[in-house]
Amino acid sequence: MTQSHRIPGRGQIDRARPVRFRFDGTLYEGFQGDTLASALLANGVRLMARSFKYHRPRGVMTAGAEDPSALVEVIEGNQQTPNVRASVQEIYEGLEARSQNRMGPLSFDLLAVNDRLSPFFSAGFYYKTFMWPRAFWERIYEPAIRRAAGLGSLSGHHDEGVYEKAWAHCDLLVIGSGPTGLIAALTAARAGADVILAEDDARMGGRLLSDGGEIDGQPARDWAAGVLTELAGLRNVRLMPRTAVTGAYDDGTFGALERVGLHRAPDAELPRECFWRIHARRAILAAGALERPIAHPDNDRPGVMMASGLHSYVSRWGVNPGRVVLFSNNDSGLATARALTAQGIEVAAYVDPREIPVTEDFPVYAGAQVTGTRGRLGLKTVEVRHKGGTSQIEARTLGLAGGWNPTLHLTCHMNGRPDWSDAIAAFVPRDGMVPGLAAAGAARGVFSTAGCLADGVAVAAEALNALGFKTPGAKIPQAEDAPYAIAPLWAVDAGGRAWLDFANDVTTKDVKLAAQEGYASVEHMKRYTTQGMAPDQGKTSNVAALAVLAEATGREIPQTGTTTFRPPFVPVSIAAMGAGGRGQGFAPKRLLTSDAKTRAMGAPMIEAGLWYRPSYFPRAGETTWREACDREVTMVREAVGVCDVSTLGKIDVQGADAGRFLDLVYTNAMSTLAVGRARYGLMLREDGMVMDDGTCARLGEGQFLITTTTAAAGLVMRHMDFVHQAFCADWDVRFISVTESWAQFAVAGPKARAVLAAVCTLPDLPFMGCAPVSVGGVAGRVFRISFSGELGYEVAVPTRYGAALFDRLLAAAEAEGGGAYGMEALNVLRVEKGFLTHAEIHGRVTADDVGLGKMVSAKKDCIGKPASQRPGLTEAGREQLVGLMPVDRGDSLSAGAHLFNQHDAPTRENDQGYVTSVAPSATLGMWLGLGFLKDGRARHGEVIRLEDGLRGKKVRVRVVDPVFFDPDGGRMRG
Amino acid sequence: MADLKPTVPLAGLNEAIGRARLAALDPGRVTSVAPWPGRNVDAALAPLGLHFPPPGTVIAAQGARIAWAGRQLAFLIGAEPPAALAGVAALTDQSDGWVWVHLSGADASAVLARLTPLDLRPSAFAVGTVARTVINHMQALILRGAEDGFEIAVFASMAGTLHHELTEAMRLVAARARI
Repeated sequence: MTQSHRIPGRGQIDRARPVRFRFDGTLYEGFQGDTLASALLANGVRLMARSFKYHRPRGVMTAGAEDPSALVEVIEGNQQTPNVRASVQEIYEGLEARSQNRMGPLSFDLLAVNDRLSPFFSAGFYYKTFMWPRAFWERIYEPAIRRAAGLGSLSGHHDEGVYEKAWAHCDLLVIGSGPTGLIAALTAARAGADVILAEDDARMGGRLLSDGGEIDGQPARDWAAGVLTELAGLRNVRLMPRTAVTGAYDDGTFGALERVGLHRAPDAELPRECFWRIHARRAILAAGALERPIAHPDNDRPGVMMASGLHSYVSRWGVNPGRVVLFSNNDSGLATARALTAQGIEVAAYVDPREIPVTEDFPVYAGAQVTGTRGRLGLKTVEVRHKGGTSQIEARTLGLAGGWNPTLHLTCHMNGRPDWSDAIAAFVPRDGMVPGLAAAGAARGVFSTAGCLADGVAVAAEALNALGFKTPGAKIPQAEDAPYAIAPLWAVDAGGRAWLDFANDVTTKDVKLAAQEGYASVEHMKRYTTQGMAPDQGKTSNVAALAVLAEATGREIPQTGTTTFRPPFVPVSIAAMGAGGRGQGFAPKRLLTSDAKTRAMGAPMIEAGLWYRPSYFPRAGETTWREACDREVTMVREAVGVCDVSTLGKIDVQGADAGRFLDLVYTNAMSTLAVGRARYGLMLREDGMVMDDGTCARLGEGQFLITTTTAAAGLVMRHMDFVHQAFCADWDVRFISVTESWAQFAVAGPKARAVLAAVCTLPDLPFMGCAPVSVGGVAGRVFRISFSGELGYEVAVPTRYGAALFDRLLAAAEAEGGGAYGMEALNVLRVEKGFLTHAEIHGRVTADDVGLGKMVSAKKDCIGKPASQRPGLTEAGREQLVGLMPVDRGDSLSAGAHLFNQHDAPTRENDQGYVTSVAPSATLGMWLGLGFLKDGRARHGEVIRLEDGLRGKKVRVRVVDPVFFDPDGGRMRG
Repeated sequence: MADLKPTVPLAGLNEAIGRARLAALDPGRVTSVAPWPGRNVDAALAPLGLHFPPPGTVIAAQGARIAWAGRQLAFLIGAEPPAALAGVAALTDQSDGWVWVHLSGADASAVLARLTPLDLRPSAFAVGTVARTVINHMQALILRGAEDGFEIAVFASMAGTLHHELTEAMRLVAARARI
């Protein structure tokens, strides 16, 4: 707990607030403001991880979101988050982090044997080696390889953490809060635009926090603090720190991931992360640039990092890096060497392949290269090849400065391709790659602070102009304006293994091998070597890898091209994107007015089109659903049952042309219905298949009430809207859903009249009649319709009276020896009658297939009629609806089973049809089935075989008419 | 026989979490008004001091309001439809079909921003406007009665989910405010 490598007094951390945390079980102390990486470095811990494939010891390489190496697991009780970047995770009191992808302790990983075997594990090795025998791949090779090569592990529990999703809207989204982002946001804010400034880091300021020099004569970070104070005080500005913009999508929409609570001790109510969808009229990408390494032998040891990362750890977090060697091919690396020296850091060597003058306060090796390193678990010496020979230089930290890649990823999210700039040896975005998004500052290759400030103002002014805001002429602050010179050096040619992609363990050799084996396209190389496919998506390695590929294939970099950057820019947890959607959060729950009473009666509920409906109402002594179901079926057939049918879709259709409109959407005529009468109807889709069925009641001369099936209510409404708007917008017809306005109950059975008489004065209705009725003083409606085949009514009242009416009906039914029935009984009752549900009208059947061909009126046209008359839909051999009864009355049937002729083998060619619904008929004392059979209507009486391969069921069944019970309908008409 | 007793979902709700409050709201009689093609309903609405609202707007007078609710559709809220309206528009009682709540407080917008993609900035969704939008997976009608006050309606059967979604979002926003 000594923080042995902290420079006294240095760094922007809160030394008054020590924070204790654990890494691999060891207790350490850091300060508020530390990341896990900075705190570990301050404690002298450089070894933080094992590499993906070879299990090489690794440390942190950057101070930002792009880090390829230092991935850890964070443990919070049951919550275990893998692949957390130590350079991003802030420490908090009690933080527990663990290294991952190892077997045994981090310092002695048994899987490090992979490194010794590395000659066998080059790119493409798996594909070539583990091909045979074929069956071994899935069962033996792949699990073994996955165990050895991989990332963090999951807890195996559901992620029950709190996550959040939210939307935000603004005129201008500024992505990144370095000098460019700050000045752009300030310019826009002062002009009055609604601005969102999003920054991935916990603190705003970007590079200004680490190495910004001076702006307007004050330290850059003080200037940044001043700007942030002004922005924070403006109502039209929203500052979003800890928020990584992850993707650019259509129409100015951006995805962003905010770390809301991940930097604090777990809190049961605070979201861990929030996934934002930000809609911006304009956006500025001011995400800066990412420094890239140079590939030299053994450039991956703990202690090797980007020069910029090193600079940040020293300036921002006061980490003492020990003796430092810098290996740089550009002026930015040289500037870092100077800055570190000025801060008292011992720069043991500055190594630069360029012939630069040797006039510094530290040893400069010009025209030299780093050719190797030593130190098993942490850097000890750096080998430098220079004009005088080769030297071993003792160093604890090696900073690599291979140049800068503009962070242009978001500009490529709509498949735009960047341009190569020779001046900075990097890709730069083109204008207009994402509509409304403009890159500014370092994100488009402007690298001096003065240049960034000027560019930020200019790009903001352009955006504001497009948005119609006036921009007051702003003074651009004074800052450093050093030119940036670079002599590209991608890889040192000195044998050994030189890493390009630290995250996926890809070396220069792998890339050359890919080229040699013919994977010369950059996209092929990527897939062959897996370069850029780790969680860091190759942020530090991408350009260097394709430069090595270009050299290996004798091409220039622009001809080689780059792989495609896609969202997300940083890893996004699925839990954040799915926030609120776990379990029942997946969809709204629709509850009936009878719900409370139903549950109080112990009914298990099942979901149907978001509605929760009772399966059955168990009574004392009943131990299975079958007992309850059989009782309820018999109850309806012999006495009376009550069922909540409010879930059926109800649409109020009005107007002088309402009948004409319904004639168009229904296959049968509705305009001829008399007031006070209802009719069963069928709707077709435009392709001629049955869409839905239901009843249509004429309430008045110009008013109809139609019903739909529960699950198709929305579909039918949409269909009717389409037909109305597309084909007859000028007709005198209006309709609106009233599904939710009415609570409706079926009362079915020989004693139905007695039950209804207990709640209203029942009008004398013929079968398929309807009338207004007063129910307990409430204006209701009663329909004489039946889905059970019994004498049946449906009575409806405004929804608020539903609960009371259900209670009333239930009491009346019980007085008559009846009671409530659920979905199971409802299904048995309708199967006994051969009535349809969407199990039968499943979208691939015509009216004729289900035996309702005659309902397609010959006298008029309707939606879907012409298409339903296509040859394929009318010819012989189609599967038609039939009833199925077991030959042996004791056999049970199963839905989903297929039908075969008695002596045919159960093969696809012999398939005769399939079973859609089955029900244990209490009335007939056997299982009944409905299904579709080739030319089924002509085969009544035939015995065929029902075969269910999944359940191992083979049953001889007789083909019969689908109406099993009371075929002439005397009971419901009586 | 005794009269049926009404049950209204979320009746009596009044819950404050953080800087937001969620309360039950009884809008009174709600009638959908869909003018027949080519008919002007303004004269029929005049006795209430109302006229047919342009898209996205709410017109209020003498306690009654009429809110745009879709293509050629408005909801007359808090008043019986005048008799003359029946001749010029299709009228359907929607009083029971929807459950209404009132969300208010300094964080009301922040709470709603967790559940609806609607741009809630006053410049885009001003006081006196209405939108047909969604509350998470539920289609909804949202009226802005004040800078920090929203009336929200969803299908009555989804009352429980509406309450759950809103109070969850209120809790999340309140938890952020604590830190």
